[in-house]
Amino acid sequence: MALLVPFEYEFFRNGFIAAVLVGALCGFIGVYVVLRRMSYIGHGLSHALFGGAVLSYVVNINFFIGAGLWSLIAAYLIHRISHRRWVGADAAIGVVTTSSFALGVAIVSTYRTFTRNIEAALFGNILGITAVDLWIVTAISLVVFVALLIMRRQLLFLTFDPEVASAYGIATGRTNLLFVLLLAITVLASTQILGVTLVAAAMVIPPVIGRYLTKRFQTLLIISPLIGMLCSAVGMYLSFYLDISSAATIVLTAAALFILLESTMILRGRRSKPAPLL
Amino acid sequence: MVDAHDHRPGDQAGSLHPPGVEEHPSAEFTGVPLIELCEVGANYGDTPALQDVSLKVWPGQFMAIVGPNGGGKTTLLRTILKMIPVTRGEILMRGEKLRKSSLERIGYVPQLETIDWNFPITVEEVISMGFFNNNRWFRGAGPEEKVKLQDVMTRLNLTGLGSRHIRELSGGQQQAVFLGRALLGDPQLILLDEPTSGLDIRSRDDVIHFLHEINHSGVAIVITAHDLNWVAAHLPWAVCLNRRMIAQGRPHQVFNAAVLRDTYSGEMVVFHHDGMVMIGERPHAPHT
Repeated sequence: MALLVPFEYEFFRNGFIAAVLVGALCGFIGVYVVLRRMSYIGHGLSHALFGGAVLSYVVNINFFIGAGLWSLIAAYLIHRISHRRWVGADAAIGVVTTSSFALGVAIVSTYRTFTRNIEAALFGNILGITAVDLWIVTAISLVVFVALLIMRRQLLFLTFDPEVASAYGIATGRTNLLFVLLLAITVLASTQILGVTLVAAAMVIPPVIGRYLTKRFQTLLIISPLIGMLCSAVGMYLSFYLDISSAATIVLTAAALFILLESTMILRGRRSKPAPLL
Repeated sequence: MVDAHDHRPGDQAGSLHPPGVEEHPSAEFTGVPLIELCEVGANYGDTPALQDVSLKVWPGQFMAIVGPNGGGKTTLLRTILKMIPVTRGEILMRGEKLRKSSLERIGYVPQLETIDWNFPITVEEVISMGFFNNNRWFRGAGPEEKVKLQDVMTRLNLTGLGSRHIRELSGGQQQAVFLGRALLGDPQLILLDEPTSGLDIRSRDDVIHFLHEINHSGVAIVITAHDLNWVAAHLPWAVCLNRRMIAQGRPHQVFNAAVLRDTYSGEMVVFHHDGMVMIGERPHAPHT
């Protein structure tokens, strides 16, 4: 079977499993990210993580520990600052994330000995995923999936009707903080695979595609991760056969699907009112 | 047409009560008030939004709060819901200090303008959010909850619309969806923030029909409203609020020129005709 040829290579097997896991994870949390209009936070957190990644290379500690701690702190700061009324949330995120990214760039320009690792952080290194990395990504994915499933009622209320959520006894501040921290560890798990620059796309495009397909929230929670998984799987195959960066191919696959659906909707809209397909 | 004799501008005959002094709405309301605001003060940001407001809501009562924009109507609802802290005074529920846990018996319907109508969510999903207090975590809807959901949808004429997107409904049906969500928590009191805002006459008629039906089942209802004529036509009790309590009573009593001048800081014309009260704006310039 020609389809199974790439699986003869361990690097592809590890990369494929990690990419599909991260595709599902980003697709799932991405539903809330998109509906809560937090795409910029996802983008910002991945850039903030770059500072932590570089720092952990310099002091020679595990990427997941160093960058993980760094991104949790960045997430907490973003959460705190974005609740200040006198500064807009987007500005607050901009201050934290660009400062962190700039710190990473400053360190890179000082220590020029780990260019390869920096490239991996920026653009992902999906084919360099080790068995240990795979276990860590699996564990993080499980934690985030379970936490989001448990919190799904609170999150739906907070996302759809934030004004009423507190009247129903939802601890809005705590739930928002927990969500941002879950987002931070999702970005952490995804950065090794997709890179700082492409993580946000994996979180945004699948739920946006899902919006074309359903008008039901619970269905979106199912199909968005499935779209993420599909794009990751197809992207990995294309990357293997076309010899193009895996992270870029995954995102481009998702983008192509988006363009296809958008075009279909535009064509349908000319004849009748476009409606979700499911 | 209104007969000239029915036009009583400046009518002072209504029951204009001093702030904090309340006439009992009806002999049928006895015992302990469901909600009691005792000289409550609240701020919106740094601006005082409520000052020394005292108000009783009785079990089964149906009242409207009217007043100008920024007059504290929404703030009053939000203080009852503990969404805005009270800076002075206290709020009691059935004679005891209002606690977070008491809120489970209070339903809230926000202004429809605050809803994101592009959010991918169906009628059934919105109404099911009303189960939140009974089922906060992972468990799916049980058979009893499904029956209750269908009952509420039937009661609000939403049968067969469960899988529709909320944007695909009429204004009255959209309001019914959020009423349904509030009803699922078996509330003793429902607070509605401007339920008729932006609705056409037909939809407003649907909304008042649902509200009366719910009220007749024993649920107290407090709404905020801008349309004084609609309040006068349909509601038994009105509260005029402009940060302070101006007056309260039956609409035909409190909707007089003096009270409305104090409430809105402007002149209004009040007509009485055939047992109805109608409020009109006084034109700034004479007609030519």
